[in-house]
Amino acid sequence: MSHKSPKTKAEDEIDENLRRVYQQVLEEDIPDRFKNLLSQLKTSGGEPQEEREGKDRS
Amino acid sequence: MSHKDPRDELVEHLPAMRAFAVSLTRNGSLADDLVQDTVVKAWTNFDKFQTGTNLRAWLFTILRNTFYSHRRKIKREVADVDGIYAAAVATKPSHDGRLQMKDFMRAFDKIPVEQREALVLVGASGFSYEEAAETCGVAIGTIKSRANRGRKALSELLGLNEGEELEMTDRATMAVLAANGSSSV
Repeated sequence: MSHKSPKTKAEDEIDENLRRVYQQVLEEDIPDRFKNLLSQLKTSGGEPQEEREGKDRS
Repeated sequence: MSHKDPRDELVEHLPAMRAFAVSLTRNGSLADDLVQDTVVKAWTNFDKFQTGTNLRAWLFTILRNTFYSHRRKIKREVADVDGIYAAAVATKPSHDGRLQMKDFMRAFDKIPVEQREALVLVGASGFSYEEAAETCGVAIGTIKSRANRGRKALSELLGLNEGEELEMTDRATMAVLAANGSSSV
């Protein structure tokens, strides 16, 4: 993809595995808790819980 | 706000945030807790985000800062966080004698988190060294040396021969190189 400097076999295997580990999570569906969280954040206008103080509006 | 609101873009970065969080925590449910905290923090701090700059790097910065501040507590609560995850990870079949995912994971869990982080950022997330350095709040040279040390440690743990060139064993490649007048070797 990027530059093609000569890589050692070890580096190649490590990078391939790093990408595999990362990719595996990347391809998972986003759990509902995050969709719920985002819609909750949106409706509360930047204040997720009472404990937080939103300073967006001035 | 005429620009695209980063709040609307946040959702696009969730998969990457989860992947990065898993690399740091090595535990799926801890990773999601971490992402959740990051989202809430980001949301309340979006006034500090400069529109047009790298949103993913900004989110990753919050995520890792949150991770490092939580880490002390987590370590106290769960003695062997890393081991639990390593055991839970499914082994994917290896093709042509390549590394087993499980073996890799076991080694990956053993290297220092700073090295894991550098390796994942530059080796898997697609960040440049510059972006990785910015995300971690360190110099580019630091990221490079952490990544190099991480690779070296992994090679040793996995018994990989570092000196071995990947493609030089292939005769066809050698032939092409020779035909192109490359004076290597």
